[in-house]
Order: sequence, then structure tokens, then C-alpha cells
Amino acid sequence: MYGLALLYIVLNCGISPSSLTTAGPLRQAALPQNRRALGRWLISHRPVRRQCGFPNEVLRRSLAPLAPLEAPPPHKHGSSMAAADRQRAARQRLQIITGHLQRPTEDQLITAAECKAPETKAQEPGEQRTVPRRRQDVMKWNGWGYSDTKFIYNKKGQAEFTGKRYRLSGMIIPGLKDWMEGTFGASLQHKTPATPLLNSSALQPPTMNEAFAEDLKATPIPFSVEAEDRVFRAHGHCLHEIFALREGKIGRVPDMVVWPSCHNDVVKIVELACKHNICLIPFGGGTSVSSALECPSEETRSIVSLDTSQMNRILWVDEKNLTAHVEAGIVGQDLERLLNESGYCTGHEPDSMEFSSLGGWVATRASGMKKNIYGNIEDLVVHVKMVTPRGVIEKSCQGPRMSTGPDVHHFIMGSEGTLGVVTEVTLKIRPVPEYQKYGSVVFPNFEQGVACLREVARQRCAPASIRLMDNEQFKFGHALKPQVSSIFTSFLDGLKKFYITKFKGFDPDRLCVATLLFEGNREKVLQHEKQVYDIAAKFGGLAAGEDNGQRGYMLTFVIAYLRDLGMDYYVIGESFETSVPWDRVLDICRNVKACIVRECKDKGVQFPPLSTCRVTQTYDAGACVYFYFAFNYRGLGDPVHVFEQVEHAAREEILANGGSLSHHHGVGKLRKEWMRATVSDVGLGMLKSVKDYVDPNNIFGNRNLL
Amino acid sequence: MNGILKDYIFLYTKIHGPVWSSPAQCGGSGLLGARRSSGRSLVPGISGGLGPGAPLFCTRKSEKHLFFPGAVCTESQMAHTYPRSANEELVDILEGTRLSGDLSHALRTFSPQPYKDMTTSSASDLSKKTLDSQYLQYVFKEISAESSLSMEEVKEDARLLLDEMSQNLQLGFIRLMGYTLTKVLKRLYSKIYVNMEGLNTLQQAVRENPVILMPSHRSYIDFLIISYVLFTYDIPVPVIAAGLPLAGMKLVGEILRRSGAFFIRRSIGSDKLYWAVLSEYVKTIVRTGFAPLEFFVEGLRSRTLKSVPPKLGMMHMVLEPYFKGEVFDITLVPISISYDRVLEESLLAHELLGIPKPKETTRGLFKATKVLQEDYGCMHVNFGRPLSVRELCQGKINRCQYNLTPRDLPQVPSADVQACVNWLAHLIVRIQEEGSCISPWSLMACVLLQCPTSTLKDRGMAWTELKDSTLWLRKLALRFRAHLHWPEKASDQDVMSSMVALHRSIVAHEGDRVCLVQEERPRRKFELSAEEEVNRTAATVLMLASYRNQTLHVFLRPAMLATAVQVTNSTQPDELFTFFCFLKDLFSSEFIFVPGESTQDFEEACLLMKGSGAVHMSPEEVTVTEAGQQIVSFLHSLLQPFIQSYQAILEFFSENETKDMPEKQLYPTMRSFVMNLILSGELQTYEALSSDTHKNVLSALCTLRVMTKLRESKENKYQVDTAAVKRISDILCGKISPQLLHRTPHAKL
Repeated sequence: MYGLALLYIVLNCGISPSSLTTAGPLRQAALPQNRRALGRWLISHRPVRRQCGFPNEVLRRSLAPLAPLEAPPPHKHGSSMAAADRQRAARQRLQIITGHLQRPTEDQLITAAECKAPETKAQEPGEQRTVPRRRQDVMKWNGWGYSDTKFIYNKKGQAEFTGKRYRLSGMIIPGLKDWMEGTFGASLQHKTPATPLLNSSALQPPTMNEAFAEDLKATPIPFSVEAEDRVFRAHGHCLHEIFALREGKIGRVPDMVVWPSCHNDVVKIVELACKHNICLIPFGGGTSVSSALECPSEETRSIVSLDTSQMNRILWVDEKNLTAHVEAGIVGQDLERLLNESGYCTGHEPDSMEFSSLGGWVATRASGMKKNIYGNIEDLVVHVKMVTPRGVIEKSCQGPRMSTGPDVHHFIMGSEGTLGVVTEVTLKIRPVPEYQKYGSVVFPNFEQGVACLREVARQRCAPASIRLMDNEQFKFGHALKPQVSSIFTSFLDGLKKFYITKFKGFDPDRLCVATLLFEGNREKVLQHEKQVYDIAAKFGGLAAGEDNGQRGYMLTFVIAYLRDLGMDYYVIGESFETSVPWDRVLDICRNVKACIVRECKDKGVQFPPLSTCRVTQTYDAGACVYFYFAFNYRGLGDPVHVFEQVEHAAREEILANGGSLSHHHGVGKLRKEWMRATVSDVGLGMLKSVKDYVDPNNIFGNRNLL
Repeated sequence: MNGILKDYIFLYTKIHGPVWSSPAQCGGSGLLGARRSSGRSLVPGISGGLGPGAPLFCTRKSEKHLFFPGAVCTESQMAHTYPRSANEELVDILEGTRLSGDLSHALRTFSPQPYKDMTTSSASDLSKKTLDSQYLQYVFKEISAESSLSMEEVKEDARLLLDEMSQNLQLGFIRLMGYTLTKVLKRLYSKIYVNMEGLNTLQQAVRENPVILMPSHRSYIDFLIISYVLFTYDIPVPVIAAGLPLAGMKLVGEILRRSGAFFIRRSIGSDKLYWAVLSEYVKTIVRTGFAPLEFFVEGLRSRTLKSVPPKLGMMHMVLEPYFKGEVFDITLVPISISYDRVLEESLLAHELLGIPKPKETTRGLFKATKVLQEDYGCMHVNFGRPLSVRELCQGKINRCQYNLTPRDLPQVPSADVQACVNWLAHLIVRIQEEGSCISPWSLMACVLLQCPTSTLKDRGMAWTELKDSTLWLRKLALRFRAHLHWPEKASDQDVMSSMVALHRSIVAHEGDRVCLVQEERPRRKFELSAEEEVNRTAATVLMLASYRNQTLHVFLRPAMLATAVQVTNSTQPDELFTFFCFLKDLFSSEFIFVPGESTQDFEEACLLMKGSGAVHMSPEEVTVTEAGQQIVSFLHSLLQPFIQSYQAILEFFSENETKDMPEKQLYPTMRSFVMNLILSGELQTYEALSSDTHKNVLSALCTLRVMTKLRESKENKYQVDTAAVKRISDILCGKISPQLLHRTPHAKL
């Protein structure tokens, strides 16, 4: 039992939520040997008798004071200072832990309520998980991410990133204002502030199913009918959803939110929902960009949002097979952080990983930035448990591959909450890589860049991540450079620019940049790096430093915040993605970008839009292309409608150019209309018949996909 | 914009025409716009209201296209919507060279703004790209598998073909060409008018997307005039698809090649390699945006100065990069080149009478310098509004069809692509027609041809009658929205006299009469046979007819309606429409009709007739007004030469057994049949002798499936359903109504 408790502690005593930005450097550092050894010891003493995990209140409380470990200051790769710091901290922590462990309270470990999260959990200062039940305490109700983090224009009219969570936090970004003015024609004089507070009266009163509520009250499962809770779970992060929230417009929202804390809770809830004919909508991280979370307006039944966020434990780690069994509500950053503690990682890092959940990844067929090494979610999943109205579906063993008819996992992966709730997942894990290195290459033009990526894919030597940004995005990245403190750095930047544009003759309006991320053992990384740079050189690419590379990746985390800033100043935007065969990559990039510009013009947008793309993943047979699109809507009567029309046209253009309906965002309700053409009549019929069998009464009635 | 405002604008538009477009924009919005609205109301869509802040780019108003069955097109509205002649800025490009001198024109700084995504700027690179293309590798493999040749040998063959074909555009030669052309053009033409607005939009368009220049083709002069104009106005000069015979001309061929011409064999037939190389070459030009591509969609010079049904091969090649997503869009620019007097007028007429065209040689060219002595009046180059293939093909093409096979794989175009390309090609030719500039002489030709040939030849037409009728016709033409070039400064009398003077090879003004001129008798031949006599007259008549043909498209649809009214003697719109469609099917090769737009054509005819006060229209009835009798009978007689000619040929097929006659023999037999009819006085029109008409009848009968083409040992033979031909002939003269034709299973009408 001690072993069990200790494991919990080790898994949980990670760094504070703000660790995200420092995760990179941390990972690069070799893990303290002692902790790794401890982890191994723990695993071999793995508990056998467990159903619902093992949060121990006493332990948890006792750990509270030391949990929010200060994030170490940004430092260089493999800095020995950091390693020493952390070793010290870990040692200290272990001492305290052992002190607490002397008086274990046996009975609390086996109470029936153990899988239920304590009522006060959210308020607890020691809570280390990112997502509390009251999300609104930490996150914005009408924008992206943490409440304390956003872009603002300060009194001097300079852009600033607030908060303390990111590397960019607290910094001045001098280039952003000019870029926004230059790119969108936006100006600081024309503001469109959001409605600051949720007006509960804008909400329709909940459609309550009293019988269901009564039955639910009989269980220990917490639930809420508060307006704020319900509104928060009625949307993802599509532009139209956020735009409406900012204007204080609220459509159909769930009538109740429930927080199961383990698989059995979910079984219970689904049973009750079937019994009382309730519409259940699973909610994971809420980062959907496919209108998947929108409540169908035609739904007359009571809608209950099933928030999985409290099912967030790693149930076990199997070091012999390198797998981990995890509850599906855990969000990406917690999963990584906790696994890191024992020296492992999943390596699954979608751009939304701060907030998106494991269950969400499974339900939408997510893809991570480092899929070249670790694979996409379908490669990572070994075993899934899903609760459906028909019962629980899972495989009987954990064989790495099976020939047992069509893989039932593939009914689950990408089902987008239409069939049931994913509750537990067994994932592959890998040891944390010893060494990590960013890099970047500048190409004279996008064509050369794509040719280089194609060659890298042909030779199957893609680094953990390789992304090619077009010229507009390169400039965008540049605009996000924080203020440099030293004259020397700015001088160096000038010199670099001079070398590339003047000496090498690159046209600043055509050049584009590839960002790279290498991972593995140090020697191999360096060798790999050379191989990739050699290929790049054949296509006219010039190595452009680690810094540019790292900034490129940072951009993916802050860009969502940037949209909120844009929306303060008449600029609306969105990203969308596709996958496409290699021979069509250039064509699709050019055509979709041109299509956006043309459509904006046609629809009366008064300013040229930002229309940019990057090739963000490489495969053997093609690539994933990611588009950003934004425009200044000053002068438009119904900007969201215009926006949707343009987005629609862009998707049509993608499909006409041989691109897929989606690479990893999913279909939801936003792209449903193209499903039939995408999978054919028979294909759609197949999916429908599965739905009809699994959920004949449409309990999981979010109406995504089909 | 709120609902009420929308409604108001909708109403306003219905009554007064477009709100946003200023008259200049509206007229200049070009041929397509004008054409569309000719039969249908045009309602611009409501786009977002203009907000604060200066727009950085001008919004193009999306046009919603609605049709109101009962829409009234008042005269004032017509005048408001089509102020073309009033607002259009025409510039004489010769004027500039007269001021600055030919040499300085040729040496002017030439720094055009090219296509923004141009990926190739050298001609040799273009050839290399073509040869290395994946598509050609597939084809090479196929061909070497079919024949005994190795891949290398096939590739070598392809390289030779490409050498024969490819252009080698060089600025130096453009200048040389510019210099020579200035000399020649100044001698030939008094003025060359170009519409500035068209040039300005073209200049923009060239930067945005690959541009295809599609001029009409009436004369050899067409060939370089576009390059000349573009050179003068600092727009990238095009590469031009030309017939291979031109390349055979010593020296001149090379000069043309270096001025941007690339050469295509006349009959490619089933030469797979040639097709592949050519199409890849063309596609590479479009894909890379190397230069604007110019080709004549009609394929060859029109012998009759009427538009020729478009050839689709080149069109397919040009459009494919768009269908396959290799370019975002392609811009088509229809260009209408019209002449007061065509250089080759008499050559063309003789060709129509069966005398073959002389081979293109450099010697021939120098010999032909005698034509330089004569005056050819004005020339008009009208650059149409650039058309977006993307917009035009919206909803017509499913571009996803290329998703499942490599795009480079040789494959036959699907049915929707074929239909769309065919439609588009016809549309372009129609727009060329609409954009062509009609000279007073064309109207005079119409009037002169109303008079029986024998009278015209012997006694001629009274000058006053000609003058009055022409002025009357001018009014009608303007009502029908013709793009008329009538010099305003001179008096009508002077304009018409100068026209007669310009065309003294056709007519002579003797005393107060105007009569047909006959070409000189061949020397040393005193007695001409009756047939030779007819041929001599026919040559002049055909020349005259070809000038009438220049303006025929203005009157064609109303004339078909007028014919329907006259022949069927009916007032039922349905019946008229059926006959109208019958005529359309019968004349499918003779005139240009955009496929699938019969209803629109009919509506256009009705609206024009109604607008000119010739008919009263209600949903139940179409009746000719008192005042309209003259218009109806004029229009009917305008089509008479064609109807009579067709009748004659139909008669030939119903009376003669032609089954075993090879094609080579068929045409002379037809001609002598017609000749006999003329000699016997049964047939009035000499136009029936035109080989062009014969060909058109044959091809119409084939599309009507009354006739089938049989291929027997290199000779084409035709099998004719005599009964069906008879029925067509009967319908044409009103003996039976068109519906009856439906009974025959193989007649598709």
C-alpha cells in the first residue's frame, strides 16, 4: 500500500501548471538518476487490487504546500544548473513524503467514495491538475486559454503578453502593432471589446428531466445547473462560437453538467441517460474547432454535458511493455508532465495539448506535432474502453496488432462522441528523450521548401517535427519576436538579415522557413541534423539557427491567444487543415490561399485578408497542410456570415484540389455536409448502421459526423 | 443592410438598372455583361455596406442573375445600359507612331509587369520542362510499348517535334517585328482603334492569372497585331499558336518563331506522340505563366467573315491546368478584330468557289506586296472583359474527378469536361461576335443583298434607296445593340460614299445608282461559258455577302424569330419556339449558338423584337405590329440566302443517290447541281455555290443524325436518310410543322 501511495505522489508532484513553457528544456535534461530508479521500483511493486484509482485525501493535503513548485527560469539546453536544482528539489520532496507516509490512514484508501473527487477539490490550493471542475476559475469563458494570459496593447500602444505562464509572458512585442496594422489595416482606434461578464438572463432556463436529476442525486456524482458551468460546455473554439460569446449571444446550452470521476461513474450516468432518455454530450478539453460541442438546436430532450475532466489519473504504468493506462479526461500537459516524472512521455503533442484531453484525441483521431517519432493517436493507442448505451466496448487483450476483422478501435477513434464516452485508454509510452534540439532552415521560396520536405519524406529521415511556413507566416513569426534587450542581439539579427537577403539574394517577400525539432540521443540527433541540413542545402536552404525554430513552435501555443487580441480590433480569423498527396501540396497551398483572397474580395471585405499556410506534417504519401485565415471586418454587416462563406469556399477548394476533409480537426457539425462525398454513400451507411446498433435512441445526440 | 433597403434596391434595380455601376462601368463591364443582360435582367447582389475606413481594394459586386419572364426592357433603359459608343475610349495606335516615328516606337523601353507567380522565363526552360514532364514519360512508355521503339528513341522523336513546334520569344525580334509592322500597318490602314479600357483591365489581369488571348480570325493580319498592340502598351507579349505552314516560310518563319509563334501541324489525326507533346507544351506555358498564350479558337481564318464554330482541342489543353488545380484560375480574354475591308477578300471568295488557297511562302508574301498599294480603311481591336474560367465553370465541372488517379496520367476528358469546354468555346466566340465592330459598309451590304443579284448586277440599286435603307437599318442595329462604328464627324452621305469608294472592288457608284462590279475577264478569253459567268458574279456576291456576315450576329436571333413568324404563320409562342429551335439545330454549323441556351436565345430574340416595336408579346400570343411588318420582312429576307441554299442542298440529297459517292466527288456534284438550279433560274441566291455552306449543311445533317459518315478505305462516304431530309426541307418551307420530325426515332430535333 505504501508503494501505491508513493507512486501517486511521484506521479503528482510535478511542476506547477505553468511548466509548459519550460517543458522543453526540462525534457532535454537527463532525468535525475535517483528518481528514475524510484519509478522503476514503484512499478515493480505495482498494486493489483484497484478499481477506481487511489486519491488519498490525507496524502494529497499533506503534499499541498510543496506542490506548486516554482518553474525554473528559462535556461539553455542540458544546463547542469537546472538538473542540479531539480535533483535537490526532488530529494527534498521525497523526504517530506516519507515523513507523511509514516501514518497512513488505511480506511480512507478503500472507501466507496474513493473514486469520487472531493467536493472541495477545485478550491484546494494544492490542486495540481490544470482543469478544475469550475473551469471558469482558471480559463476565459469567451476566449482562449488561461484567464491571466492574453495579449493587450499597453498604454504606450505596444503589444504585451500578460501572465507568467509562457516564455513570452510579460514581454513586450514591439513588431506586433505594425504587423497588425500593415497586414489587416487594423488600428488601435477601432476597438470591438467583448462583453465582459456572462449575463445569465440571456440563457434559456434549463430543460430539466426531474426523474434523471433525482436518480443522479442518489449517486455521489457531482453535477451542476449553474449558468456559467453550462455555457462553458456549450461551445468549442470555432470563430462563430467565440464571436457569439463575445457579443453575449448564447444559443442552446446543456441543461446540466455532470462530472464523473471514474469509469464506473460514466457507466452509471449512461445507464441513467438511457433510462430517462437524456441527450448526453461528452466534453473533454473543449478545444474543438468543428462545432462538435454545439448543442443541436433541434434537440428537445434535456441535454447533459458529461465533463470528463475529473477523470484524470494515470492508473498504471507498465515499464515492461512501455504502456500506461490512463483515464480519458486527463489533459495533454498533465499527462506529459506526470509521465515525465517517471521518466516517460507519450510524445503526443497536438497544438492544443495544454487543454485538450486524451479522450478527445481518441474521439477525433488527433495528431501530434512529433508524430514522426511517436505516431498519431491511432498509432499510440493500445487499448480503449468506451461506455456506450449498449454497454462497454473493449478488446480482451493488449496484443500490439491483431487480425480479428475490422479493428473495432477504428469505430471508436473519430466517433466524435456519437457512440459513447471513452473512459480509459492504454497508450504506448517512451523514455523521455535524452536530447532535444530545435533548428530552422530558410529557403529562397516556398516551392524549394516543399521540394525539400518531399525529399526528406522520401528518404524517411524526417525529424520529430518538420514544418514549412510560407512567407506570410514567416513574417508573422517575425512580428512576434519579443523585444531584445541587448544591442548586440539586434545587431546580430540585422547581420543575419543582411546575409540572407543581400548576400544570398533571397527575396524577403518570397523566402520561407522550415522549423525543425530533433529528439533522441545526442549523437544521433547531431547526425540526423546534418543529414537533414544536407538535404536542405540541395534545395537552396540555409540553416537559420535554433532560435527561429523554437520561436516557430512557440507560435503555435500563443496564436490562439492572438486571435482574441485580433477580435478586440475588428480582426477575425481561424485555422483549418487538410492532408494531401505530395504532388498536390504546392497547388493546394496556392489555390486555397488565392481562393480566400478572392472570396473575401467578392464578399465585400474591405481589406486584403491574411491568408497563409504551412506544411506541418510529412508522410510517405503526402503532407498535412495548415492554413490560417483572418481579415479585418470593419464595414461588414454580418462578418461571421461572410467568414463562414469564405471558410466554406476554402474547404470546397481544398476538396477540389484533392485534399481531405480533415487531417486532425475532425468533422463535427461544421464539415458534416461533405461527409457523404468523402466516404461515399456506402461508407456513410456503414457508419450509420454502427450508430444505429450502438445507440439506437441517439442518447449521444451531439449529431456530429453523420 | 436591412431587409427594407434590400427590397428597395431590388425594386430600384428592376426599374432603373444597376445601382452601383456608373454608366461607364456598365458599358465597359463588357461583352459578357452586355450579352447577358440583353435578354435577361441583371440584378447585382447585395454585398456588405461600405463601412468606415478607406477600402484597400475595390470590391467587385457579385452579380446575381435573375430572369423575369415579364421584364420590360424600355428604350431608355437600353440607352442607359449600353452607352458603349458614347463612353468608350478608342485610341488610334497608329497615331502615336506617326508622332514619334517608327524607329523610336520599336526601340521604346519595354518593361511589362509579368504574371506574379511566373516560374519560368526562358523559352528553352519551357521545352525542357515539357520533355521532362511526368505526363510525357507516361506517354513515352505507352508508345514504346505499342511500337518497337525504345524509350530513348521515342523521347528523341518528341524532342524533334518540340524543336519544330516551340517558340523562341526574344525581345529583339519583337522590336524588329514592331518596326516592320508599323511600316506595313501604316500603309494599309488609316486607323487602328484599340479600346483603352480593355487594355487597362488586361494589364491588371496579366499579373493576376495566366491569361489566354483569344482573338477572332479573319485575316493574316490578325496574327501579329495583338503582339504589336501589347508591345506598344507595355503588356507582356504573347506566345501564339500558329499553323505549321507559316513555319515553312523561309526567314519569315524564323522571325515569327522569335516573335513568339509556336507551330502546330494542321492535321494531327491520331499521332499520339504529337498530341502529347503539343498538349504538354501548351499546358506548360499556362502552368508556368511564361507569357500570355494567344490562339484562335475558331481554328482557322473564317472564309465567310462569319464566326466559325470553335475547335476544342487547343481549348482543352489550355483549360486543363485549371481543371486539375495546377493553377488557381485562368483568364480568358476574347478579342474581336474587325476590318472595314479585309486584305484577302477576293482570295477568300475564290476559295469558297473551290479555288484552293495559295501555299504560304515567303515568295508569295513578297508577291502579295501589291496589296500594300491599296487602302483598307480602319481596323478595330476590341479587347473584351477578362473572363475568369473559375467563375464560368462554377458548378459545371467537378474538379474532384482528378483526385483518384495521378493527374499526369493520360486520360480522356470526362463528359462534363467536354461539355463545359464546348460551352465555353462557343461562349467565347459569341462574345467575340458581340465585341466586333460593325462598319457602315456591313449594313450597306445587308441592304444591297436584299436586291436580287441579277438586278444588282445589271441595273444596280438607286443611291437614295441604299442610303435611306441603310440609315433605317442603322437605327434598327442600334436598337439591337450593335457595336457600330459610324464616323460621327462626317455626314451620313459622305460616310457611305467613302465606304463605296473603299470597296470599289465590289460595287461601283455610277450616276445615281450603285451596282455590282464584276471582276476582270481573264485575258485572251473572249467567250465565257454561262457557268464561268455565274462564277464571276458569284465571287463578287460572296465578297459582298461576307461583309453582310460581319453584322449578321446582331440580327440573327430576331431574324430567326421573324422567319418563324413568316413560315409558320403562327402566333403561338410555343410553336414559334419550336420552329426557332429547329432553325437553330439546322444552322448549328452556320451560326454560333451557345449550347444549351435555346431558351435564352429565344427570349433575347423576343425582347429585341419587342424593344424595337416589331411585335406585341403576351404569354399567349406573339403578334406582328403594323410598324413591325417592315422589320419582320427585312429580317426574314436577311436569312433567305441561307434558307434557299439549304433548301437547294436538301433537295440535292433527297433527289440524288449519294450513297456510293466518295467525299471528293460529292462536293463537285453538289456544286454543279446548285449551278444548274441557278442557271435554270430556280435558285436566286448565288451564295448557294459557297463550299462553306455545303460543308455546313453536311455537318448539320450529321448532327441531326439524318446522315451518317462512313469511313471506307480512306474515303469518307455519307449515308443519307432521304425521307428525313425531305421532311426537314418541308418543315423549312412550312409544309409541315417541326414537331412531326420527332416521330422519326433517329432524328434528334
